[in-house]
Amino acid sequence: MDTYIQGIIMLAGINLMAVLGLSLLTGFTGLFSFGHAGFMAIGAYSAAIVTSLLKLPFVFGIAASGVMAGVVALLIGKLTLKLKGDYFCIATLGFGEAIRLILDNFQGLGGSRGWPGIPAYTSIWNIVIVDILGVIFLANLVRSRHGRNMIAVREEELAAQVAGIDVVKYKTLALVISAVYAGVAGAFLGHYMTFIQPKMFALIKSTELTIIVIFGGLGSISGSVLGAIVLTFLPEMLRAVDKWRLVAYGAAVILIMITRPRGLMGGVELTPSGIRKVLAEHRAKRKANAERSAQ
Amino acid sequence: MNAILDVKNLTKRFGGLAAVSDVSFSVREGGIIGLIGPNGAGKTTIFNLITGVYKVTEGEVLFAGAPITDLEPFRIADRGVTRTFQNIRLFKNLTVFENVLTACHLSAKYSIPEAILRLPRFRREEKAIREKARDLLDIVGLADRSDVTADNLPYGLQRRLEIVRALALDPKLLLLDEPAAGMNPDETEQLMRLIDDIRERFKLSVLVIEHHMDLVMRLCEQIIVLNFGIKLAEGSPNDIRNDAKVVEAYLGPGGEE
Repeated sequence: MDTYIQGIIMLAGINLMAVLGLSLLTGFTGLFSFGHAGFMAIGAYSAAIVTSLLKLPFVFGIAASGVMAGVVALLIGKLTLKLKGDYFCIATLGFGEAIRLILDNFQGLGGSRGWPGIPAYTSIWNIVIVDILGVIFLANLVRSRHGRNMIAVREEELAAQVAGIDVVKYKTLALVISAVYAGVAGAFLGHYMTFIQPKMFALIKSTELTIIVIFGGLGSISGSVLGAIVLTFLPEMLRAVDKWRLVAYGAAVILIMITRPRGLMGGVELTPSGIRKVLAEHRAKRKANAERSAQ
Repeated sequence: MNAILDVKNLTKRFGGLAAVSDVSFSVREGGIIGLIGPNGAGKTTIFNLITGVYKVTEGEVLFAGAPITDLEPFRIADRGVTRTFQNIRLFKNLTVFENVLTACHLSAKYSIPEAILRLPRFRREEKAIREKARDLLDIVGLADRSDVTADNLPYGLQRRLEIVRALALDPKLLLLDEPAAGMNPDETEQLMRLIDDIRERFKLSVLVIEHHMDLVMRLCEQIIVLNFGIKLAEGSPNDIRNDAKVVEAYLGPGGEE
């Protein structure tokens, strides 16, 4: 396969991993975050320390990235999740920028000049496998009592509370799990680029992730998958129009918002049984039409 | 008499305003008590204090003999006290079945790893709570609407759904905040039968806020009247009907009877 196409597939896979996590937090639990690039940064640097400095295999790097991002998310969650909606959002924005600035000024890990020479461990195979596991785990989670409790928090916080749901606990859980996903995505990004720099994890990266989740449709895993693939490939395909590609990208996002206000999938899930059902309905309709025209 | 709920000298102040002051009453196990009073009398505030939504300024709430004052709402729900809301609060974008299933979560104990890996305990418990949710919907006659999105239900059935969702927690005490608000006489009649039925079936104690006087008078064994946050009267429906102070609070002083 063309290495350029391979590269884009890997990038889409990496984006997808981060988007899956954010989908749990934003799409299912109803919390907006503008700091998820910060968790990606933590993941990327943790993994680089493990593989580049400690010379351990990639698996350990991935594990370290998830654990570190999760632990930091737990701390951040404890501090901020008692804040109501918008305030939490602002806190995540501050967190993301703080992480970037700390890395910028911490010379031990390369500072703002970045950290080159990270082994190129990311391959199409390992990223696809991790993506598949990520989708399965997430799908299983949201279709369990824990996932339903998160959805209840999104739907109606007060009713969730009097239904015995520990709202703060489930918000924290959603944040930690989403951060683990983002951290792992960061690990793959570092080992794909073989170079990491704080600038890669700026606010614009967080915004991009949120846009993908909304573009795909809040509360839909298949939407997030589609969103991540479409919005990673789109800017690449638009390279031909050079300077205009980001304009086209913005226009595409706005177009979706206008024509499908609830996102590409609009909160609906693309599942094997769902597809079968639609096909069965389609067949039944065709049959009915055929019978009518036969009469 | 065994009291399931004991409210002692309950007071709530918002700044200088006392929304509830020094209110005491109790609900016996299996009893049904009505809470009535003009608008702004502090009825819903009392519900919010009992369920932990508001912090109590002074006083105490005992549930089954143990204090629950200032516990967090979800812990109070876990103990067996739950409620419905005056302005219905359903999980709007979920189906009727999902609304009830979500509230069944306390009947399952599986952990997140067990859910993610679909381990046997997850399957077993999930099957059990799905059955429970279906049974509950059967009891209240919503089974045929299982797959309807809650927001698309007719108003009367939304109220009904909110009550089943509360029942899914296996509560011992149910607080109903104006369950008949906006209902026509026919729906009100059905609601009364439902409340009677579930009280019997689930051995529930009920505290109900209501403006429909005929409902309160027929349903409740004891009525508490509030006015400006103060307990005005307490007694059987008959006592309340003939209480001069209550009539005055509702109709104004000097009115001819």
